[in-house]
Amino acid sequence: MDLKTLIPQKLKEKFPSAEFEVSDYRDELTIKFDKKDIVEVCSFLKSDSELEFILCSDITAVDWATRKNRFTVVYNIFSNKHNFRLRLKSDVDESDCKIDSVSSVWHAANWQERETYDMYGIKFNNHPDLRRMYMPEEFEYHPLRKEFPLMGIPGSLPLPKK
Amino acid sequence: MGLEAYIKDTGFLTTQVNAIIAWARKSSVWPMPMGISCCAIEMMAVGDPKYDIARFGSEVMRFTPRQCDLMIVAGTVTYKMAPVVRKIFDQMPEPKWVIAMGACTSSGGMYRSYSVVQGIDQFLPVDIYLAGCPPRPDNLLNALMKIQEKIGNTKASQFQNVPLNEEGSKLPELNVIQKN
Repeated sequence: MDLKTLIPQKLKEKFPSAEFEVSDYRDELTIKFDKKDIVEVCSFLKSDSELEFILCSDITAVDWATRKNRFTVVYNIFSNKHNFRLRLKSDVDESDCKIDSVSSVWHAANWQERETYDMYGIKFNNHPDLRRMYMPEEFEYHPLRKEFPLMGIPGSLPLPKK
Repeated sequence: MGLEAYIKDTGFLTTQVNAIIAWARKSSVWPMPMGISCCAIEMMAVGDPKYDIARFGSEVMRFTPRQCDLMIVAGTVTYKMAPVVRKIFDQMPEPKWVIAMGACTSSGGMYRSYSVVQGIDQFLPVDIYLAGCPPRPDNLLNALMKIQEKIGNTKASQFQNVPLNEEGSKLPELNVIQKN
């Protein structure tokens, strides 16, 4: 069976109460669902013997600025077995800016979640070491948020004395 | 070389202390290759036989700042990197010079962004700003020659490494052995 029909079908069987929003754009399959199911869905996609999404290529986020669910966390995963890429999405609102960490599923997610936290300020529950990835520890802002000015906040990053 | 022709009879030559110290200093400028990004590739090209920085006495790239006279900052300096660059510069013995190689180092270049320092002159004393993205190796040699010119025109007493004595005077007292 084609993977593009198999994956949504298997997910619906495994998680009957969850809602999956499946879209296929430019031959890329994207599945969107509620953030509370993220760890279960991910570990199922990884451990299922017919799918085996063993590689977490990237985790990032989108800032929609004025939308109700302000952020979307995006997971790009890859199945070595089928040479197939899958994108998972989950909405996170600014009022509850948290999502469960999938670093227990893929160890590669550890640093990618740290990067997403650094750039967007989305906290990952149960993350083993949620520190900033790029910016200094004492930096107060999250640079990829829409309200952050391109040239930064003057004086927020200290320079050595001349 | 030609110098032998002048000294073959007597074995002496007359010059000024300033001139010969400046000549020695400018002919053997040891660079600290602060290669941070793509400009470093052109800096490496300067060391190869085609451009050959050895012709100017600067082939000894030292990877310890304690043995260097000239810091070539080659690449984009981010705010996170700035304390590191400054720390290495501070470890260089005086007198010392700085070349800001390329657009990024001189002005932030195309990285007009929160993370990139918009010109290293915000935290370093820069002697030469070198245009280009990246500058060609010939251009770096030109900058080196400009530095040599600058060193050649500096009197020995004007170098910053002359320690201040208690009165605040720049010249230390020398024990000159008098001839009877």
